[in-house]
Amino acid sequence: MSTNANVEPFSVKDCALVTIATGKKAQNLKEMREHLLSIHLGSVYHHFWGGLLRPRFDEPEYNNDFAEWAHYALQDNILAERLSVINPDPFVNLESLRQELLDIIEQRLDEIEALPWAKPDQQFHFLRSQMVVFDTQGKIEEPEELVEALPKMSVGSIFYHFIDARRRSPEMMDDFRSWLRSRGADDLCSQVAAVDPYFGSLVDLRAQLTDLFAKYYFRGVTV
Amino acid sequence: MTSIQDYVPVTGENVIDRLRQLARPLRGTKVVHVNSTYVGGGVAEILSKLVPLQKDLGLDARWEVIRGEEAFFQVTKSFHNALQGIPVHLQDGFFKVYEETAARNSEELRSILEEADIVVIHDPQPLPLLRSCPNRKGKWIWRCHIDLSHPYRPVWQYLRNYVMEYDASIFSLADFAQPLPHIQYLMPPSIDPLSAKNMDLTPEEVQAAKVQFDLDPDRLIMLQVSRFDRFKDPLGVIKSYRLVKSFAPSLQLVLAGGEATDDPEGAAVLAEVRSEAGGDKDIHVLLLPPDAHVTINALQRGADLVVQKSLKEGFGLTVTEALWKGKPVIGGDAGGIRLQIVNHHTGFLVKTPEGAALRARYLLRHPDKALEMGRIAKELVRQNFLLTRNLQEYLSILVALIYGDQERIELQLKSAP
Repeated sequence: MSTNANVEPFSVKDCALVTIATGKKAQNLKEMREHLLSIHLGSVYHHFWGGLLRPRFDEPEYNNDFAEWAHYALQDNILAERLSVINPDPFVNLESLRQELLDIIEQRLDEIEALPWAKPDQQFHFLRSQMVVFDTQGKIEEPEELVEALPKMSVGSIFYHFIDARRRSPEMMDDFRSWLRSRGADDLCSQVAAVDPYFGSLVDLRAQLTDLFAKYYFRGVTV
Repeated sequence: MTSIQDYVPVTGENVIDRLRQLARPLRGTKVVHVNSTYVGGGVAEILSKLVPLQKDLGLDARWEVIRGEEAFFQVTKSFHNALQGIPVHLQDGFFKVYEETAARNSEELRSILEEADIVVIHDPQPLPLLRSCPNRKGKWIWRCHIDLSHPYRPVWQYLRNYVMEYDASIFSLADFAQPLPHIQYLMPPSIDPLSAKNMDLTPEEVQAAKVQFDLDPDRLIMLQVSRFDRFKDPLGVIKSYRLVKSFAPSLQLVLAGGEATDDPEGAAVLAEVRSEAGGDKDIHVLLLPPDAHVTINALQRGADLVVQKSLKEGFGLTVTEALWKGKPVIGGDAGGIRLQIVNHHTGFLVKTPEGAALRARYLLRHPDKALEMGRIAKELVRQNFLLTRNLQEYLSILVALIYGDQERIELQLKSAP
């Protein structure tokens, strides 16, 4: 990889999330729809991505909190499967993601004859989060340094650069790809793009990315 | 005094580095915590560690305690019970005692509180102080450590008038949050890995605790640590123990809890437990003093099976403590236990004594699996429920309050509050 003196080094940042209760709760699917119509968009974000910062020990059965609630609290597996398959990445903004959720829920409300209710202690609590981003002062000058730097990054850094970046950048791209592209590593970018972040934990994700970079830089391009 | 560096062997250097980075823009920020006692109770225990650690990270943190007569604490104890859902009789003069005590304390504390950048008021006792500080320049947070999910309305309505004037609240779980006109942060409780209740013990210390309570150290031990309270289902635990004992005849049961002298219902439950235990010499009902931290630590470390078969539970710190000691926990499928027991990974969630017995037999039959679950359990606590995590959340909330309410706050290295 050739060094391009005009390209900024990769600046490693970290983030901490604080969870906020919106005070809105749903006991059944109709209440879920009503709240979704007006809920703070940060809540949609939190319930799609916040789970990645919670403890995970195996591949999650469902990829977002809405689907999990449909399965565990409403015991509506048809709805859970439909909600779970939503890939949030292609949506241009959170409002369009909210509309997709509403479409699926309204379709399900049209289909069912009896409204399933969650038990009182299994209500859906709409939460959102605030993110505090801070500079770790870590700088990566050359792409191959990622192989050593990645295992040392906190899960907060992985979340910030690999997950949150998709919402920040106009191209809806993670920070690693944005930086690698500026370094001309397009073939590596396409491999990074193939990493599905919605299965497993951030620790797994960090290991997967480290492995990918190590294979690329130290064992050739064809891994 | 504990320093942040003391936690490195437990959490790793990275976690402490993150705290330092997060605290950097808060250096010199004046933070005042206020509660109603320096000793006894979970809040004092947390503050005794949290405040020195905040200072160690460069914050100008201090801890103030309000003072009151016995009548004041009778009132606030009633409030405490009421907020947890117990209907209380509001005697004449209750509110007057509460307000007058707050007013007296505000005379002493006003200058400190008005100068602070952040004031954190813990629980309801010091709530009215805000009204006595008209020239306050900082942000005021109410940190509620109480299960407020089903408050007794007349008392909550009265206290809510004070709470509404705050800039933010912090609750332990989403279930406890209330409709309020300000931002409500969520911060689960935590345990201190270096405290007497959680620090590492030698095998000899663990053995000594067994001997002290006439437990046979060579036989299996099933343990539940909790108050003698019907919501903790001690009778259900005895039933589970009996179901397991037919498969594991060497099993001993320990039900360890605090003395219940000031709790009439606790005394009644204790009597029921003793009656149910009958003449079974393998059931050990232990009444422990409030400072028996090392004893509880040793019992948890020495247990082969840890149970917390609660029917209702706020968070369940005894579950956290056991998980931290590498024990998978068989817990009731209730409240905050669900946040800690990841079914089949850090323990088992159960709904009945029969379910608890089945899972107990599984763990006895698969010691390797139990060991692996225990390892994961400890990791879960390390990542989510240690004091250092609590500290990180406090720092993040302080940053959020000082730097604005946008969803993403980018801290610059040289920024100052």
